[in-house]
Amino acid sequence: MTDLFMMDAETAPQVKGQALKLFVRNRAAVLGLIMLIGIFVMTFVVPIWYVKDPGDLIARPHLKPGSPDAPLLGTDNLGRDLLAVIVYGGRTTLSVATGAAALIVFVGVSIGAAAGYYGRWVDAALMRFTEFFQVLPGLLFAIVVVALFEPSFWTITFAIGSVSWPGIARLTRAEFLRLKNLEFVKAARAIGSSDFRIITRVILPNALPTLIVSSTLIMGSAILFEAGLAFLGLADVNNPSWGLAIGRGREAFTINWWAVTFPGLAIFFTVLGLSLVGDGLQDAFNPKLRGR
Amino acid sequence: MKAIAARIGQALGLILAVIVLNFLLIQIAPGDAATAIAGDQSASDPEVIAEIRAQYGLDKPLIVQLGTYIGQVLQGDLGQSIWFDEPVSGLLLDRVGPTVLLSAAALTFAVVFGVTFGTIAARRPDSLLSHAVTVLALVGYAMPAFWTGLLLLILVGVNFSFFPVSGMHDISFNGNWWESWLDAGQHLILPALTLGIIYLAQYSRLSRASMLEVLESDYIRTARAKGLSERSVIFKHGLRNGVLPVVTILGLQFGAVLSGAILVESVFAWPGLGRLAFEAVTRRDTPVLLGVLLLVSVSVILANLVTDLVYRIIDPRIRVSGARND
Repeated sequence: MTDLFMMDAETAPQVKGQALKLFVRNRAAVLGLIMLIGIFVMTFVVPIWYVKDPGDLIARPHLKPGSPDAPLLGTDNLGRDLLAVIVYGGRTTLSVATGAAALIVFVGVSIGAAAGYYGRWVDAALMRFTEFFQVLPGLLFAIVVVALFEPSFWTITFAIGSVSWPGIARLTRAEFLRLKNLEFVKAARAIGSSDFRIITRVILPNALPTLIVSSTLIMGSAILFEAGLAFLGLADVNNPSWGLAIGRGREAFTINWWAVTFPGLAIFFTVLGLSLVGDGLQDAFNPKLRGR
Repeated sequence: MKAIAARIGQALGLILAVIVLNFLLIQIAPGDAATAIAGDQSASDPEVIAEIRAQYGLDKPLIVQLGTYIGQVLQGDLGQSIWFDEPVSGLLLDRVGPTVLLSAAALTFAVVFGVTFGTIAARRPDSLLSHAVTVLALVGYAMPAFWTGLLLLILVGVNFSFFPVSGMHDISFNGNWWESWLDAGQHLILPALTLGIIYLAQYSRLSRASMLEVLESDYIRTARAKGLSERSVIFKHGLRNGVLPVVTILGLQFGAVLSGAILVESVFAWPGLGRLAFEAVTRRDTPVLLGVLLLVSVSVILANLVTDLVYRIIDPRIRVSGARND
């Protein structure tokens, strides 16, 4: 697959078209994409006409979905509209996850690229550093960071980002090790390109398919991380989020199953959608691995 | 031999780094240690504070404090819990057993069923079961552990009284050691299932992929050509290589399993390290929280070391080349 991506500019679009075709033909991947579009519409389009304050106590607590004068998904323990909590909670969850995923990819790719490209002592030092973060128990370290400082958008994003980058760093390093001695890189060096240019403009684009697939999966794991932290109460309590809603719902889960179930379904479909799309991209970029 | 010594040295280095990280976290955590020790009443008295600083060595340069801290940790002194007013190390020791029990039960369940499903699926890659394994892997991964736990409680725990919904023992429990194990086992089922489902999903997918590859290889064709029974081909020849990736992942996932245990323990009130960490968060008991982090990190390092060494012993290919391929 990457051999194909190393073709000159004229044939490249054709190859990308092929990848797109493979992706569209993959029913699971399309299903995943539909889930993601659904989640996106729910979080960013629905609020345009479903104008609610998710913190408002609009009715009696524990109103079952479907019972008279209950909102569509019922009310939670305090009488908040559960649909509003889910619709507006998506913003927090998705923005933290996007921020964390961006941080993870940036740190991971930078460290992996430097280690793989420069090799020798740079590689040795950076890999020791990576190993250290790899043995840290991720969720626990994130809990410590958020608990020591106040839970806010930035501390949570930083906490998730700081523990999850080793995987992508190793992946980038492996890609760089594979690519750096190939002809086209030597050619770039021969015409006097700077190291920075070779790393960012020559090698990185060839590692992109692998990195895109992996970023999709990272996004999913960042959502699970955020939800876990929020469930434990490590979230900004002024902003609703799916994990926080489950954490609150558990206090009365025996009589109010819907307050736990529906926010969980939102997390479930988002992560499932991301996994399906990630797998689909993997198959599209690298048809040889299909079904593995 | 030299490679093994280097590997052990690396593990020791990592342990030291974890201790230093813990020290740094104590330093950057908001709140002043001397004020905390002084308590509410005398915190406003500068003389008392200065005295405490001198007594605990808090007035010395950071590097000296770090040396003292490392010395204390190596002697098993992890400080004093703010909430319980007890040594942190004692609290940790009380909670290790239940977490080990929970993680071991979850992983055993996941490995046994995961490898079985994966192997059966790999024999017929287009069968219904094979597709089911793929779906199960995706679904199992996308379900947050704490949510799965709560759903199990809603569906099973509330309706069937056989499955106790929280804790490790009934409050009124009173019996001999055998009944005590039985009681704990009954409490263990739902939490272990919750934690196990995540890994069941991963291992079934992983062993399906690796068995698919193994079953296509030449030596399996040779085994079949020799006229060996299908069972012998799959279980004696195939599985031995097919299960290797699962073993590798198992060693590397130790930390992730313990992280997952935090969420599951907090759902089921299982009295392990995760529950302790959760309690420490809600009570703002920083020494306990950092103690859990230190203990779990060191266990992960040791688990990785053991997996690596065991691997070198079992797999001659690694023994000869002296290095594992990443």
